[in-house]
Amino acid sequence: MRKVSRWFQRNLIRIYAVVAFTYLLIPVAYTIAFSFNNGGKSNLIWKGFTLDNWMNPCGAPEVCTALGNSIKIGFLATLFSTILGTMIAFAIGRHKFRGRSTTNLLIFLPMATPEIVLGASLLSLFLTLKINPGFWPTVIAHVMFCISFVVVTVKARIASLDPRLEQAAMDLYANEVETFRRVTLPLVAPGIAGAALLAFSLSFDDFIITNFNSGTMTTFPKFVYVSAARGIPPQANVIGSSMFIIALVIVILGQVVGRKRAVK
Amino acid sequence: MAEKTSIHGDLRLSNITKSYGDFTAVNDLSLTIPEGSFFALLGPSGCGKTTTLRMVAGLEEPTRGTISLGNTDITFTKPYQRPINTVFQNYALFPHLTIFENIAFGLRRRGIKDVKEQVDKALELVELSHLAGRKPTQLSGGQQQRIALARAIVNRPALLLLDEPLGALDLKLRRQMQIELKWIQKEVGLTFVHVTHDQEEAMTMADTIAVMNEGEIEQLGSPADLYDNPKTAFVANFLGQSNLIKGTISGNDGDNHIVDLFGQKISLAKNRSHAVDNSIYAGIRPEKFRISRLSTPTSGNLLSGGKIEDVSYIGVSTQYQVLMPWGQELMVFEQNDDAVAPFSVGEDVNISWESGFTFALRGDEDAEAGMEVEPEEIIEDDE
Repeated sequence: MRKVSRWFQRNLIRIYAVVAFTYLLIPVAYTIAFSFNNGGKSNLIWKGFTLDNWMNPCGAPEVCTALGNSIKIGFLATLFSTILGTMIAFAIGRHKFRGRSTTNLLIFLPMATPEIVLGASLLSLFLTLKINPGFWPTVIAHVMFCISFVVVTVKARIASLDPRLEQAAMDLYANEVETFRRVTLPLVAPGIAGAALLAFSLSFDDFIITNFNSGTMTTFPKFVYVSAARGIPPQANVIGSSMFIIALVIVILGQVVGRKRAVK
Repeated sequence: MAEKTSIHGDLRLSNITKSYGDFTAVNDLSLTIPEGSFFALLGPSGCGKTTTLRMVAGLEEPTRGTISLGNTDITFTKPYQRPINTVFQNYALFPHLTIFENIAFGLRRRGIKDVKEQVDKALELVELSHLAGRKPTQLSGGQQQRIALARAIVNRPALLLLDEPLGALDLKLRRQMQIELKWIQKEVGLTFVHVTHDQEEAMTMADTIAVMNEGEIEQLGSPADLYDNPKTAFVANFLGQSNLIKGTISGNDGDNHIVDLFGQKISLAKNRSHAVDNSIYAGIRPEKFRISRLSTPTSGNLLSGGKIEDVSYIGVSTQYQVLMPWGQELMVFEQNDDAVAPFSVGEDVNISWESGFTFALRGDEDAEAGMEVEPEEIIEDDE
């Protein structure tokens, strides 16, 4: 009895880790497993292993149109929100001006506001302005909520940047533009890249705000939601799994490159 | 920018004041630093020395006053327009660039295409050629320090500023770098302006030291001048240690004053007195004192009635605290080089010294000024 309890004490953290990771990863494993299911249109019950879904990811009607829309929106939203957000982050992080703390607070608001409220008010705003819901209103909506996350991420990076590095650059004959290009930007770049990835995944993933503002256009999350009523086709699992694997590869590559650089 | 780098000559600060709101970091400071010298700005944390350096570098603008190099006014020019480079306190090496590119940075910004030869030479000077391909984070503190120096020197600036460059190194490495820095300065023949709170560091390296306190220069001179004949209590206490004894000038004897120290008469060279009236502090460095038994004859000035309070043997010397009849404890450092047996606690002794070593300060000074200042390791709070 004593032995058992001692073993338990010694391995408590390991047991906890296994339980936690299982809890976190079961849905992902389920998604990946069912991407190989020969389940036909409704992918609810395991009916046998097949590679057909992976060979033909666009097999289900509309799924690739929806995916294409999501990628386009994600790309545009990432581009604009990263540019604008980085500029705001530099303004807040590097300059003192009237209304700086107010700006800081306002930047947080979209993150704190429930998405459902944001989506509904944006829709009524667009309708008031006589803009029909669709592709561009969705892009605009996504840029809006992505900016906050970009600002927060980039600002953190700027705050951790030693101002003496820029002073050293100026001291070594680099003017303001060169200092920004040669020192500031390269050092903040990892933060900007992280912010861009975050923006893309937020945009790609968004359902609530998109649902209000996209009109008849389908995005991938909308497609999954709508088809849930009839059964989600296994192609959706294929696309979901691919996204997961791509993200994983990016993270691993980042780690490997980072480690190689550190060793060199 | 090519014509800018041809500016050279003495650095002249004229009536420089820098205020931040109500706080005056540097107060009406005037200073000339001759071309080719190794100059140290020495003072405790917050005395304004780093602010002064930053104004010379162009990283701060003075509230009033002008800075000129040779005949060119550079008060309001940008840092990148000045032929001045800085070795920053924590080196500020660019973490994303290799050591080679760090050193080449200034050359490239000035439009020099073929940088390899000069960078290699700079690396050779600091003996780190084998590290050219590394990143700064892969170097030790001492190596980073040398790279920071190489990165500045490679530009052959008219003026090299060193902001507590050795502050982050351990004692042994610091000693070694002090000697190396001085050698490099002679080798390249540039003007070095060195900011430090470490009096030993300043004395080891600099030709001329300006002791700063509360935004002003207390005294300027060679290390020997400052040590042997300090003008103020702050300098007397900040540079080494001093015994300051309250006294009154009671008469004259040729080139000397006769000074009354609690009833005992001593002699003081007139040209070593910085007092303005008869009330003075007589100053004697602890190693100038000699302790003797009551029966032993002495020469020079004599103070009698001492009693050994404390003895610490520290190898090269023995440090004594001697209690005088007026209640003051005097510090005496005796070399362990004679046959005189060490004195023991409680012994009655006389204290004597060559009268030429006496200096005198104004009697209205704070005798403890500059004493409580502990060297601080990291960052100046007046940035």
